Amino acid sequence: MFDIEVGSALVMGLILGGVILISAWLIWLERRLLGVWQDRLGPNRVGPLGLGQVIADMFKIFTKEDWVPPFADKLVFMVAPPIIMICILLSFAVIPIAPNVGIIDLNIGLLWILAMASLAAYSVMLGGLASNNKYALLGSLRAAAQMVSYEVFMGISLLGVVMLSGTFNLREIVESQRDGWYILPQFFAFIVFAIASVAESHRLPFDLPEAEQEIVAGFHTEYSGMKFGMFFVGEYIGVLLASALMTVLFFGGWLPPFGIGPEDSIVAGIFWMLLKTMVFVCFFVLMRAAIPRPRYDQLMSYGWLVLLPLSLINLLITGAVILFQGA
Amino acid sequence: MMLLFYTAAAVAILATLMVITRTNVVHALLYFIVSLIAVAVVFYTLGATFAAALEVIVYAGAIMVLFLFVMMMLNLGQSTQEQEKVWLKPRLWLGPCLLSLPLLVELVWMIRQAPDANAAHSIIEARDIGAALFGPYVLAVELASLLLLAGLVAANHLARREDRS
Repeated sequence: MFDIEVGSALVMGLILGGVILISAWLIWLERRLLGVWQDRLGPNRVGPLGLGQVIADMFKIFTKEDWVPPFADKLVFMVAPPIIMICILLSFAVIPIAPNVGIIDLNIGLLWILAMASLAAYSVMLGGLASNNKYALLGSLRAAAQMVSYEVFMGISLLGVVMLSGTFNLREIVESQRDGWYILPQFFAFIVFAIASVAESHRLPFDLPEAEQEIVAGFHTEYSGMKFGMFFVGEYIGVLLASALMTVLFFGGWLPPFGIGPEDSIVAGIFWMLLKTMVFVCFFVLMRAAIPRPRYDQLMSYGWLVLLPLSLINLLITGAVILFQGA
Repeated sequence: MMLLFYTAAAVAILATLMVITRTNVVHALLYFIVSLIAVAVVFYTLGATFAAALEVIVYAGAIMVLFLFVMMMLNLGQSTQEQEKVWLKPRLWLGPCLLSLPLLVELVWMIRQAPDANAAHSIIEARDIGAALFGPYVLAVELASLLLLAGLVAANHLARREDRS
């Protein structure tokens, strides 16, 4: 039972625990990094370097009153927050962490992630709709349109990688990058995917569903206590998932850069995977610190008029090159 | 796999029944999503993994979101729920049920008559579907894309705003 292989109980437990623990501490990481980039300190009081801040916040959020507004649709109001947690945690099932480390090698791995991402969108929409509050409704309206639109380019941008590797299986996609990472041939796909995944996880600069200056707190206006906590942690797990996906699809997953060190060692694999993922997490935070939020129509027209043609042209050229090389 | 198939099928039928009988439109939609996911599991157990993924991505993930979007725009409240209750009187169920009962019997009889389909023993890969779509069925694919293009042009025409300048 305690062997390191795909889908063993030990590996599953470690991945689940690791993902939740890392995402919780991402909140601390984000606040400290924002502090650095905005020339202030950030949380540094609780424990060494302020690391205990997350634990303190968790105690606070667990002891808060769990309130359901009397005017809300109670069933849907309570169902909405767990959806995002469950769907995004399920997505991690197909992410290959290192050789022999992963939960399942699904032959439709990439489609599985797209499916879970599109189901996770319901969390935000239903939460806002069930709150029966006009600001929450505005927030979830924005979320619905934004997520449906950006899902399209996210899917199309990934197809270039699928064409090059010839599979939807994420582990095989990593294996096929031994001769060179896909970031070079699929550079534009990476750009589109990075932007679309920011929009999908509705983080700044694309956090229009919860734009606090305009619509109070958007879809989670009526939420408090642990229900709000689930939306909040769900967002950070989403960031971790998007970063892990960028690593796996475009930056060779667990493969070491420039052939440094052993190729198929589990420890080195986990190290490289974590390092690369964390770089992208920091990039997400930098985006938040550096870029202001666009207007809603700018977000939409940017998506449909720039990203959609870009991803389609990328797909066309990739297909042409593969056809030319094969002939 | 057999147990999984029948469980998922039962969930799909129950959820679909709930879709029809709910008066709250958001609850009905939630049951509809559950029903679609259950159908995806049915596909998966039959070996059609690609179809299962598409069922969730396209139907549960995109089309149902658009339904929800329209519901939010219309912002239906208590009044429509009352209206639905009035429309869905038990007496009104009688006629359609009596008429569709023979159809159900016919369907079950035909399934019993058909030779054992034995579908659960081969996994259909994504590349098989691609080869089928762009091989023998290429004409149907092209026709479908033409239809979608026509729909797109028509939608654009309807939504276009005349410039007042």
